[in-house]
Amino acid sequence: MVKEYLTVREIVGPLIFMEGVEGAKYNELVELEFPDGSLGLGNVLEIEDDVVLLQSFESTSGLNIAETRVRFTGKSLELSVCRDILGRVFDGLGRPIDKGPRVIPEKKLDINGNPINPFARDYPTDFIQTGISAIDGLNPLVRGQKLPIFSGAGLPHNRIAAQIARQAGVLGETEEFAVVFATMGITFEEADFFIREFRTQAALERAVLFINLADDPAIERIATPRMALTAAEYLAYELDMQVLVLLIDMTYYCDALREISAARKEVPGRRGYPGYLYTDLASIYERAGRIKGVKGSITQIPVLSMPSDDKTHPIPDLTGYITEGQIILSRDLQRRGIYPPIDVLPSLSRLKEKGIGEGKTREDHSALSNQLFSAYARGKEARELSIILGEAALSEEDKLFVKFSDEFEDRFIKQGEYEERSIEETLSIGWDLLRILPRSELKRVKDEQISRYMEAGVSR
Amino acid sequence: MKEGRVVKVAGPLVVASRLPNPKMYDLVKVGKDNLMGEIIELRGDRASIQVYEETSGIGPGDVVVTTGEPLSVELGPGLLTSIYDGVQRPLDVIREKYGNFISRGVEEPGLSRERKWSFQALLKVGDEVEPGDILGNVDETKVVKHRIMVPAGVAGKISRINEGEFGIEESIAVVRTQDGEVPVSMMQRWPVRKGRPYNNKKPPIEPLVTGQRIVDTFFPIIRGGTACVPGPFGSGKTVLQHAIAKWANSEIVVFVGCGERGNEMTDVLQEFPELLDPYSGEPLMLRTILIANTSNMPVAAREASVYTGITLAEYYRDMGYNVALQADSTSRWAEALREISGRLEEMPGEEGYPAYLGTRLAAFYERAGRVVCLGKDRREGSICAIGSVSPPGGDLSEPVTQATLRVVKVFWALEDRLAFARHFPAISWLNSYSLYLDEAEEYWGETIDSDYAPLREEAMAVLQREAELQEIVRLIGIEALSDNERLIMETAKSLREDFLQQNAFDNADAFTSLKKQFLMLKLIMKFHSLAAKELEKGKPVEELIGLPVQEAIAKAKFIPENELARFDSLEEEVAAQLAPQTSEVT
Ligand SMILES: Nc1ncnc2c1ncn2[C@@H]1O[C@H](COP(=O)(O)OP(=O)(O)O)[C@@H](O)[C@H]1O
Ligand SMILES: [Mg+2]
Repeated sequence: MVKEYLTVREIVGPLIFMEGVEGAKYNELVELEFPDGSLGLGNVLEIEDDVVLLQSFESTSGLNIAETRVRFTGKSLELSVCRDILGRVFDGLGRPIDKGPRVIPEKKLDINGNPINPFARDYPTDFIQTGISAIDGLNPLVRGQKLPIFSGAGLPHNRIAAQIARQAGVLGETEEFAVVFATMGITFEEADFFIREFRTQAALERAVLFINLADDPAIERIATPRMALTAAEYLAYELDMQVLVLLIDMTYYCDALREISAARKEVPGRRGYPGYLYTDLASIYERAGRIKGVKGSITQIPVLSMPSDDKTHPIPDLTGYITEGQIILSRDLQRRGIYPPIDVLPSLSRLKEKGIGEGKTREDHSALSNQLFSAYARGKEARELSIILGEAALSEEDKLFVKFSDEFEDRFIKQGEYEERSIEETLSIGWDLLRILPRSELKRVKDEQISRYMEAGVSR
Repeated sequence: MKEGRVVKVAGPLVVASRLPNPKMYDLVKVGKDNLMGEIIELRGDRASIQVYEETSGIGPGDVVVTTGEPLSVELGPGLLTSIYDGVQRPLDVIREKYGNFISRGVEEPGLSRERKWSFQALLKVGDEVEPGDILGNVDETKVVKHRIMVPAGVAGKISRINEGEFGIEESIAVVRTQDGEVPVSMMQRWPVRKGRPYNNKKPPIEPLVTGQRIVDTFFPIIRGGTACVPGPFGSGKTVLQHAIAKWANSEIVVFVGCGERGNEMTDVLQEFPELLDPYSGEPLMLRTILIANTSNMPVAAREASVYTGITLAEYYRDMGYNVALQADSTSRWAEALREISGRLEEMPGEEGYPAYLGTRLAAFYERAGRVVCLGKDRREGSICAIGSVSPPGGDLSEPVTQATLRVVKVFWALEDRLAFARHFPAISWLNSYSLYLDEAEEYWGETIDSDYAPLREEAMAVLQREAELQEIVRLIGIEALSDNERLIMETAKSLREDFLQQNAFDNADAFTSLKKQFLMLKLIMKFHSLAAKELEKGKPVEELIGLPVQEAIAKAKFIPENELARFDSLEEEVAAQLAPQTSEVT
């Protein structure tokens, strides 16, 4: 039952205070009718007796106190879904913007979803080959994982995300695959890059796009990732598809949340973000996963830009605490012309152990990656030392490690934007690089592996 | 029945007015879905309620009824192998009945009412009993005998006691008390915010052997002790907690996944039934209780989860068991506290946390310890509490870390620098500490070898020296070091790589017995002392490092537990490779 009120008392930024409202419910969806007759959406943030606090998903410009009509819908924000959402483009609130036919809903789903019962989860174990060595070899992505890209202004996160979306596939599987793509606050140009990318790859018909751009209402962004995940859950759990969700850029999402929190005069946490930012982000990221007995899955790649490249900024920090690892881009590598500029040492895939190895990728994968990591770490450290003290200050061994780390960046990390390396190629580049080092230093790999893959293996 | 009404909803906080006889911490049911909540503040006729479930759709006028009882857990056979949410709802049962997603207003008892347990009596009619006395046993799992205890407040003479198969609500005995006949069943209830009673506390003395080398040898924890694991994300808190849950010699493990990842609970759920306890040889799950209130589950239930966990731990402690209670992560609990406090519009303390954060944390860890249990047999039990801490940005000066460090006795400092280099466990050997070292050393002396403690001290000194020398190398270069200092660097590297580093995912490396830890350390330090002797005799350091035996030392971690004799020959090998050179010199 829809009730309409004309009792707005205050409008403060995105917030609207009303009086004399009866029967309002927490988180209820409202329709706003602007004085000029245009319509918008909002929802209930807080109720005390007959006083209701709303957040408007539209810009509140044009609203006034006397004429604004507010209709309480009695339900929460929903997304209409059906198979035909594939190939469609929606705005940040799930309204079609591609001039396509009306979506005839098979059902309407509450965009907040419900938490997956931890007992219902199935541990992600299927290796996804992205064709990118820095990811596949060292920080592999697994089906059902949430693995964000931590980036910074001017770094090629979009190209990397597009490359992953283009190349990602599970070894030896041919299942129905879909991409759900949501943008929050990015520029038209950036969004257009992806849309063209999907078009040229003829991939648009297996994609669903939710677009909120920089000049779209900021508060709308709070709903956008939830729209995308609701679509993803429908495709994965009801249509049995393997869904990859790209969320770009989570930083703008968090900024919208901060804006609401500031308008509500809540006690701010670090850098002004609300204390519940962790819980809020978790309600998005934890919607990735696999469920026992269900064929489909949701893999999430959120992209966020770290303000001033600072990993300890609350947005990357809290994200890293929730996601199952992170891929971190480095300005230093970018400057040196290395694409993809993935800083592998602080990057991490927490699900790698069960996603790789015998029967999944190859038996030596785990040991090899540990060896590459520690050798690269040592080489980088030595390289820094030699910058300060000169190369002469290094031991002979350390010099080899420096050489290793240089070549590692050049041959292992660096690759083409359209170069798709198989996991075998990636691993053999790794073994080949280890030849640079004295054998006694290869403590993380087993003797049998050395003789099998390095000594007998391909030589250049 | 009289009932109150909702007047305010702000996220997980609901305010109700006109509740009949509301008491602090009473459990209430909110709205037509009967959402569970708890009264956390009373002002006039208004009660503030933290609701354990999502509050969408709740509004003013909705009905609120109080149960008149505080949030309590059910205690009895059937706890082990279970997985619960933060308020003891069984997640496996909930999935079976309601599907893959958690819907609201679900009510399921913590213990199964259908299941029958075989009760074996230990006492007989006419015996005098007091609270805590053991009436009899139930084989709860293959490895744990569940002791059925006389509940609090019941004392007198047994007037009836039955053996056989019973449900947990059926009476298995009757006690004639001053106030008449009291039937006793296998189930008790206990309010989670109140510690369970015991006779008296005792200082803990016996190490909890975790099988993790840097923990057991360098920063030991003790049965009945407290420890914290702070570190930035990705530094290895969860892996360490899981390793301790798997391999420590605890008799019972209560693992609370507090506001963290769903998949990490799945990991435990899938691994523990498969992995065998190195002590009992039976699946780890048989001695484990899981509490999973993941980050996307309601925050108020997250706040309750650590109390639910420690109450279950206390119940097994009261039976005389050594229990490990692990919470990953206590920071998420503190954040839940902060969120509720903010909604109550309390005056915030540091970083928005309520001023009582420190007191709450201290009170929680105080429920750990070694005790003489209730009951005439004066048996002992213990709870060792280990909490992860997730400091924002890895900054240890933040309130939760600081408040925790004030109460716990062991500090395992995780460093991302080490994690980036894939040195795991990434526990800093320079910044961590354990205040239980004396107890551990005494124990090693008695059970392993009187050389253990001095060896540890030597090794620690080498590691500390390395840190100083590294500074010099960084400033002037490796040439600046004397031969002796070069050897220290070499030994320290061996200690780091061959001893401290331990791969939790390698079957052979994941667990190391104390005996083997000692032998590994002895081997490395033997190399060091023999090589130092050679240096004294004038041998250049280059001839002492890079020996083949060093590769063997590096692989010593993979020597199986049942082949420890191989260490003898390795030691001989060390001597042999250093000694012939001696004869050449002399
Ligand atoms: N002892 C260990 N052995 C091997 N790998 C480890 C170990 N400890 C941590 N790791 C690696 O570090 C990653 C992050 O560890 P985790 O415990 O999840 O960190 P945190 O809980 O501190 O965020 C793991 O996924 C694993 O790859
Ligand atoms: Mg963790």
